[in-house]
Amino acid sequence: MLKFILIGLFRDRSRSIFPVLIVAAGVLVTVFMSSYLNGFIQSMLSQNARFDTGHLKIVTKAYAENLSLKPYDLGFINLGGEVEQWKKDFPGIRWTPRIYFGALLDVPDAEGQTREQGNVFGLAVDLEDSSVVRDLRLNDALVQGRLPRQKNEILLSETLLQKLGLSPGAEVTLLGSSFYGTMSFANFRVCGSFSFGVEAIDRSGLIAGINAARAFLDMPEGASEYFGYLPGGVYDNEQVLQIKQQFNARYSSQDEFAPVLLALTDQNDLGYLLLYMKFAMALISFVFVVIIGIVLWNAGLLNGIRRYGEFGLRLALGESKKHLYAWLVMEALVTGLVGSALGAGLGILAILYFHAHGFNFTTLLRDTSFMVENVIYTSLDWKNILLGILPGVLATLLGALLAGIGIFKRRTSQLFQELEA
Amino acid sequence: MIKPVILLILSLLAAQLCAAYPDGGDLLGKIDKNMLSSTMKAKTTMIVQTRRATRTLVSNNWSQGSQKAFSEYLSPAREKGTKMLRDGDNLWIYDPGTDRVIQISGNMLKQSVMGSDLSYEDMMEETNLQKSYSSQVTGEKVYEGRDCWIMQLNARKADVTYQKVVLYVDKKRFLPLYEELYAKSGKLLKTMRVQEVMQVGSRWYPKKALYKDELKDGKGTLFIINSVQFDVKLPAHIFTKAALKK
Repeated sequence: MLKFILIGLFRDRSRSIFPVLIVAAGVLVTVFMSSYLNGFIQSMLSQNARFDTGHLKIVTKAYAENLSLKPYDLGFINLGGEVEQWKKDFPGIRWTPRIYFGALLDVPDAEGQTREQGNVFGLAVDLEDSSVVRDLRLNDALVQGRLPRQKNEILLSETLLQKLGLSPGAEVTLLGSSFYGTMSFANFRVCGSFSFGVEAIDRSGLIAGINAARAFLDMPEGASEYFGYLPGGVYDNEQVLQIKQQFNARYSSQDEFAPVLLALTDQNDLGYLLLYMKFAMALISFVFVVIIGIVLWNAGLLNGIRRYGEFGLRLALGESKKHLYAWLVMEALVTGLVGSALGAGLGILAILYFHAHGFNFTTLLRDTSFMVENVIYTSLDWKNILLGILPGVLATLLGALLAGIGIFKRRTSQLFQELEA
Repeated sequence: MIKPVILLILSLLAAQLCAAYPDGGDLLGKIDKNMLSSTMKAKTTMIVQTRRATRTLVSNNWSQGSQKAFSEYLSPAREKGTKMLRDGDNLWIYDPGTDRVIQISGNMLKQSVMGSDLSYEDMMEETNLQKSYSSQVTGEKVYEGRDCWIMQLNARKADVTYQKVVLYVDKKRFLPLYEELYAKSGKLLKTMRVQEVMQVGSRWYPKKALYKDELKDGKGTLFIINSVQFDVKLPAHIFTKAALKK
């Protein structure tokens, strides 16, 4: 039967080409859109996890209340045993300290007087931990110079380096506010520059070793946040929520500086954004099924009129209405599969192209603090491709199911009169 | 006929009340005369009370008129040797650890001084109230056991940090005992409460005052004047950048 339907599909192209093209176009758009949106979400999650949220993070309760302000003066100090305890309680999670701080970067002239000044957004990480360097892809992001090796060495964003007219080796002074709010000064040597392709960090970013920042900000064994990464490096919301529940139940306290664990989705409205993206995907699929379904219903009706005589003859020869209806549905299914395969094939080609080349949003993201890469690549996930194929098949089925109803309205007693006419 | 009579009586009463209050400008002049001096030398203690800790900073301070000021921090160890120089609209800070003199400008002026409830901008403010504000006495009240005039000050220029100020001024000592500092929008930004006063010659001066940034958590910053001398002869070099590195 399937072979017969397939032969019919290719021999009578006038009845199959339009539905196949419609389905192919719809599947192409859906597959590509879901892959693009997934790539966008992945980019956003990974950028946030790298720079801002971790897969999960531990902060003090007071810090969590003002999370967006990143008030390091409400962070942790003199941590030691507590971190070891977290490691014991949640084996496999990789914990790493971070300090975010703002400061004034002062560039002296030959006489030690201020030549240039600029505000910097500082990120202090454990540069001695190779997994941190790998997570941040620091080696890839390096534009000039090398990574800090000494305690007094820092990296500046390439944009800032150019803006201040500096080059690797330059001596600068940081002026900031200590953990206790007093003034803090420190001299540093710029050992290189970076560009992450994330406008929010590339604009005025500074990267320092965690111990250098601790000394500068008077935070012995301190951190504003402790990032946690799941083993395997891939974010799993269910696992993270489970850890969050266990941690917060264990360390719950009235102390305003007690630790509290936040999931990635608790931060930067990422939970809402993920939910919104899922809703958007479902909406795209639904709209596709409805619109293409209506179009194919209409095509099925036209096809029914064109094949009116054929159906009448088959009924007159004794074929049951149910069998004929099932035949039509099978035909539609095959059409849907062929169209979907064609659309998915074209979609995969487009996805592969943009997976390699990406969409460059550098101009659009300029002067924004949106934590997303400047170039968005489509995601190569078979789940998304299948998700695009499914509405293609569903739409053709829906169209055939609706259009085929007409078969049951034919009256056997009138068939021969119709044939004679 | 009755209405005009009532209006007349009310106007006379209002005029009578206003007449009972001193002129705002004259009162501000007396406050400036009490508070300002040609030069001043003082040793002060600043107790900064934040959510996290309480820190005590001791400094020596010199000033000349309302435009020049110099401070040197004596303790704690981390801040010892830090110096600040204000000359008109310029502010420099010297840090002995880095041996650098850095000019503070722009947004940095809005930052807190040593974690206190005072900003660099507060340090840069014109201390001569008569120059910066027009004033009006709006009432009287007993504050901390002292009879005070309630004054409302409105900034003469748009670049004055606090566009509106409410003062409770001791009627006899011409010393502001309480201040409310407002932004242009009418939002209360800071308050100052004098907790102890002292007499230095013919002047009455705050000995201990609590400054509170109303936009910040914390208990405020206690500012204590350990010792003060007015109209003393100061070496001219102290208000130069060279003095910062000495």
